Amino acid sequence: MPEPMIEVTAVGKRFGDTVALSDVDLTTARGSVLALLGPNGAGKTTLVRILTTLLKPDSGHARVAGCDVVRDAARLRTQIGLAGQYAAVDELLTGRENLELVGLWYHLPKEEYRRRAQEVLVRFGLENAGDRLVKTYSGGMRRRLDIGASLIGRPPVLFLDEPTTGLDPRTRNDLWLFVEELVADGTTVLLTTQYMEEAERLADRIVVLDTGKVIAEGTADELKRQLGGDTLEARVADASDLDRAAAVLAELAGAQPRIDRDQQLVSVPTSGGTSLLVAVGRRFEDENVALADLGFRRPSLDDVFLALTGAKTGGPE
Amino acid sequence: MRLALRDTAGIAKRNLLRIARTPLMVIVTAVQPALLLVLFRYVLGGAITIPGGRYVDYLVPAVFVEAVLIGGMTTSIGLAQDLKSGLIDRFRSLPMARSAVLAGRTIADLSRSVFALAVMVGLGLLVGFRFHSTSWRIVAGMALIIAFGYAFSWMYAAIGLATKDPETAQIAGILPFFVLMFASNAVVPVETMPGWLQGFAKNQPLSVTVSAVRALLEGGPAWHWLWQALAWSAAILVFFFTLAVRLYRSSAA
Repeated sequence: MPEPMIEVTAVGKRFGDTVALSDVDLTTARGSVLALLGPNGAGKTTLVRILTTLLKPDSGHARVAGCDVVRDAARLRTQIGLAGQYAAVDELLTGRENLELVGLWYHLPKEEYRRRAQEVLVRFGLENAGDRLVKTYSGGMRRRLDIGASLIGRPPVLFLDEPTTGLDPRTRNDLWLFVEELVADGTTVLLTTQYMEEAERLADRIVVLDTGKVIAEGTADELKRQLGGDTLEARVADASDLDRAAAVLAELAGAQPRIDRDQQLVSVPTSGGTSLLVAVGRRFEDENVALADLGFRRPSLDDVFLALTGAKTGGPE
Repeated sequence: MRLALRDTAGIAKRNLLRIARTPLMVIVTAVQPALLLVLFRYVLGGAITIPGGRYVDYLVPAVFVEAVLIGGMTTSIGLAQDLKSGLIDRFRSLPMARSAVLAGRTIADLSRSVFALAVMVGLGLLVGFRFHSTSWRIVAGMALIIAFGYAFSWMYAAIGLATKDPETAQIAGILPFFVLMFASNAVVPVETMPGWLQGFAKNQPLSVTVSAVRALLEGGPAWHWLWQALAWSAAILVFFFTLAVRLYRSSAA
C-alpha cells in the first residue's frame, strides 16, 4: 500500500455525555478517495473537524499528510482544503474576491492567487459570475465556489463534507467528474456523504460510521458481499396472491421470504441462479398467480447501509 | 510576523468591503447615538440641570463615547454570523495567523465607529454643542474615544464568539451598553444617584472616559481622568483580547 495520507488511530471524542466518536481507526492511501458513510449524527462531521484541526480529539491520534492533528496543526493546515457542510463563502464579496482572499490566506503571492482564482472560476463554470456578489448566486453556484475555494491552495488532501447535498443532478455529476480529475492528479480526498450512489461512484474505500463507531469498511463490492448474495423478487398483480406467492418462494428457494404488502412484493435471499428463476416462473403460471414483475436483484449499497445501521440502531428514526 | 500582518490586512479588507456594501448598516449605527442625543438634548434635557454649565456641553461628549460603544456592537453580531455561516470554520482550517480573524475584524469595524463619531460631532455642533478647548486637546480627546471604542470592540468580539448566534449576540451586546451608559455620569450627574450606586457610577470605565473627554474638549484639568481612562481601556483590551482569542481557538459552530 502506498504511504497513507490520512491515518486515524483509536480516535475518540465526547461532547458532554454524548459519545461522538469512539475508537475510530482508518487509513487512506495517497491519491485515493475514502467515503465516510453514515446516518445523521453518526460522527462523520466530527471526524472531519478533527482531521482539519477544528476540534481536538479526546483520545487517540490522527495524522494528515504526515502532520499530527494536534502537534503539527499549523503545518497540517498548509496541506489541506476543506469544503464544509454549508457553503462557507462570503455573500457580500464577489466570487473572485472570495477566491483571491483564500489564496492570500494560503500565503500565495498576489499574481499567483489572482491567476488561480481565475482558473477556478473557469473550471467551475463561474467565469461570467466571478465579479458578481455571491448573494446573487444560486445554491449550486455557491457550492461550486466553496469547493473551488478549498482548492486554491492546491492542497494534497481535500476534505469534502457532504459536497453534493442539495445540488441538482447535473451539478452533482459535474462535481463528481471534477473530484475524479483531482484524484487522477494525485489528490487524496475524504468525503462524507449520505448518498450511496456518490460513495459507490467516487470512493475507493467506504467506511460506514454509526453512533461514532466504524461498523463496516471496504470497497462497495466487499460491503455488498458481506450482506450475502442476490435476492429473488416477485411482484404480484393482485394483493390476494401474496401469501400464495410467498409459499411458492419458501418451497423452491428453501428460505423464509419477506413480504412487503404495500409494494405487493415477496422477496427471498438466494444463490439459486437462473434455473430457480425459471422454476419459480413456471410454478406461478401453474398456480395462476399473475405477476407484475419477477427477477433477481443485486443488493444495493442502500441495502447494505440499511442492514448495517438498522441492526445497530433498531431501525430508522 | 509579516505574514500575520498580511493575513490581518486580508481580513480587514474583507470586512471593509462588507461594510462598504452594507451602507444601511453604517447609517443605522450612526442613527442610534443620534437618537440618544436628540432624546436627551430636547426631551429629557430640560429637566436636568448641570451646576455651572450648559447641559448640551455636558451631554455631547458623552454621546461621542456612546457612539463608538454602539459601533462596537456590530463586531459581536458580525462574528456570530461568521460562526453560524461556517466562515470561521474555513478561516480556522486555513494556514493563516490565529490572531488575524479577530484583529482584522475589530480594525475594520472601527471604521464604522469612527464614521458614527464624525456624524455625532457634526450633529452635536448642530444642536448647540461648542468645543471650549485647544485643538491638540480636541485631537487627544477624539483619540481617547477611539481607543476606548477599540478596547470595547474586543468585549463585543468575545460576546459574539460566546453566543455564536447573531440574534443572541445582539441582545447580549445591549446589556453592557445599558449598564455602562445609564449607571454613569453620561447623561445625568452622579450626585443625584443613591449612595450605593455612586461608587460604581463614578469609577466605571465609561464614566471615567466621559470625564476625561469632557475635560479635554471643554477645558479643565484632564490628567486625573485621562490616566484612569487609559488604564481602563488598556485593562479591557488585554482582558477581552485574551478571552476572545481563547474563545476563537476553541470555537465550534
